[in-house]
Amino acid sequence: MTRRRAIFAVLGAGVAVLAMIGPALGEGVVAYRVVDGFSIPEPLTAAPGDPERGRAVAINRRQGNCLSCHVMPIAEQPFHGEVGPSLYGVANRYDAAELRLRVVDAKVVNPDSFMPAFYRTEGLHDVSEAFRDKPILDAQQVEDVVAYLMTLTEEQ
Amino acid sequence: MNKALTIGGMAAAAFVITGWSVGFSQDRPSVPPPEGSPLGELISGYEFRTPETQALQDDDFINPGFLWVENGEELWETADGAAGKSCESCHGDAEDSMNGVGARYPVYSEATGKPINLEQRINLCRTENMQAEPWRWESPELLGMMTFVRYQSRGVPVAVEIDGPMQPFFEAGREFYYQRRGQLDMSCASCHEANYGMSLRADMLSQGHSNGFPTYRLKWQGVGSLHRRFRGCNQQVRADRFGYGSDEYINLELYLAWRGMGLPVETPAVRQ
Ligand code: HEC
Ligand code: HEC
Ligand code: HEC
Repeated sequence: MTRRRAIFAVLGAGVAVLAMIGPALGEGVVAYRVVDGFSIPEPLTAAPGDPERGRAVAINRRQGNCLSCHVMPIAEQPFHGEVGPSLYGVANRYDAAELRLRVVDAKVVNPDSFMPAFYRTEGLHDVSEAFRDKPILDAQQVEDVVAYLMTLTEEQ
Repeated sequence: MNKALTIGGMAAAAFVITGWSVGFSQDRPSVPPPEGSPLGELISGYEFRTPETQALQDDDFINPGFLWVENGEELWETADGAAGKSCESCHGDAEDSMNGVGARYPVYSEATGKPINLEQRINLCRTENMQAEPWRWESPELLGMMTFVRYQSRGVPVAVEIDGPMQPFFEAGREFYYQRRGQLDMSCASCHEANYGMSLRADMLSQGHSNGFPTYRLKWQGVGSLHRRFRGCNQQVRADRFGYGSDEYINLELYLAWRGMGLPVETPAVRQ
C-alpha cells in the first residue's frame, strides 16, 4: 500500500518543518499540507467552519458519527461510545491545526488508529460502490467539525 | 495495540492503554483458545449481551429461534423431490445422526476440491440424494433446516479441521479477516479483536464468534445465517458485500470457526 503516512513515520521526528503538498491525495479531495506529521495549519475551505453545523455532523450517524466512539458534551444523545478518549476539553489540549489533522486522517498520527480518516480516499480496500472515491466528510464538513471541537473547552 | 486482552479472572479492571481507558470486566466465562490464537481467551457473544437478551436464549420455551427448529424438524420428516425421500429416510433420528455434525463444519469436499459449509452440505443432499431443488439462501426452509441440524450439536465444542487440504482456504480466510476494508477502513479484527468489550454507541462489541449461528436477531425479527451477518458487518464499514455461499465467505467461515474452537454451539442463539 502506498501511504503518505509511511513517509511521515520516517520523517515525522524531524526538527525542520516538513511540509508536503500532496498532489496524489486521491479522488474528490482537495490538496492540503501536513506539518510535522502533526497538524494541518491551513483550513481546507475559504469559508470558516460553523460550530453549530459541526455539532450536527458529529452526531449524524451517516456523517461524523463521532459519538459512536467518543463521549462528548452532547447530553441529548443517548449511548456515547467509549472506544476513543472523551472529547470534553479537547480544545484545551489541541489547537485547530492539530484537530484538523485528527479529523482529516488520524492515521497520520497513529497508523493503527481505529478512528476512520474522514477526509481521505486513497489506500482504501473494497469500498462499496456508493462510497468509492468519496471522503466520509466533505471539506466544509471537516471545517465545521473542527470549529465545533474548538468550542469544547469544558472539562468533564 | 489496544487489545483488551488480559489475564482471565481479573474482575472489572480498568486499563489505560495507549492513552484511553478500557473498561472491561474480565469475569465473563471463557474457554482456552486453540494453539496460535490471537485471543487470550474465547468468550461467546452471549456474554456480551444484556440480561434480557440472555434470558430469551436461556429458556427454550420463550426462545423465538425454536420456531425455526420446529420448522426444520417438520421438513426433516417430509418427503420431497423426484426420489420421494425425506432426510429421515436416510438419516433416521436427527438426534443421533446429526449430533456433533454442525460443530465441525465447514469440511473439505473431495468433489469440489474446496471447503463446503453446512448450508451447502444440506443442499447437496437435496440435489444429489433427493433429486429436489436446492433451497435458496435465507429461505425459511434452509434457515429452518440449518437451525434444526445445528441445534443437534448444541453444547458440542466447535472443532474444525484446518490442516492438509484445508490449509490454503484457512489462510485465505485469515487474510480476509485482517484486511482493512471499506470507506471506514476497518478489518474484522479492528472491532472484534482489538476492541471487544467496548461499546460503539448502544452496541457492545463481542469477539465476533460464529458458535450461535443461525442466530435469532431481535433487529432482524427472525433467524439469519452467518453469511447474512458477514454482509452486515461488511456493509457497516461501507465495504463491498460478498455473495451468500461465496468462496470468500466460506473461507472466512472456516477461519472464524477456528477462532472459536472449543466454544460450545449455542444454536439457536439470541442476539440484539
Ligand atoms: C471508530 C471509532 C472512532 C470514530 C467514529 C471517531 N473517533 Fe476520534 N478517536 C478514536 C480513537 C480510538 C482515538 C484515540 C487515538 C487514536 O487511536 O488515533 C481517537 C482520537 C480522537 C481525537 C484526539 C483526542 C485526544 O484526546 O487525543 C480527536 C480530537 C477525535 N478523535 C475526534 C473525532 C471526531 C471529531 C470524530 C467524528 C468526526 C471522531 N473522532 C470519530 C476513535 C474514533
Ligand atoms: C465497525 C465494527 C465492526 C466490524 C469492522 C466488524 N464487525 Fe462484526 N459485529 C459488529 C457489531 C457491533 C456486532 C454486534 C455486537 C457484537 O457481537 O459484537 C457484530 C457481530 C458480529 C458477529 C455475531 C457475533 C455473535 O455473537 O452472534 C459475527 C460473527 C461478526 N460480527 C463477524 C464479523 C466479521 C467476520 C467481520 C469482518 C468481515 C466483522 N464482524 C467486522 C461490529 C463490527
Ligand atoms: C438418499 C439418502 C439421503 C437423503 C434423502 C438425505 N441425505 Fe444427507 N447424506 C446422505 C449420505 C449418503 C451422506 C454422506 C455423504 C458423504 O459422506 O459424502 C449424507 C450427508 C449429510 C450430512 C453431512 C453429515 C456429516 O457427517 O458431515 C448432512 C448434514 C446431511 N446429509 C443432511 C441432510 C438433510 C438435511 C437432508 C434432507 C434435506 C438429507 N441429508 C437427505 C444421504 C442422504
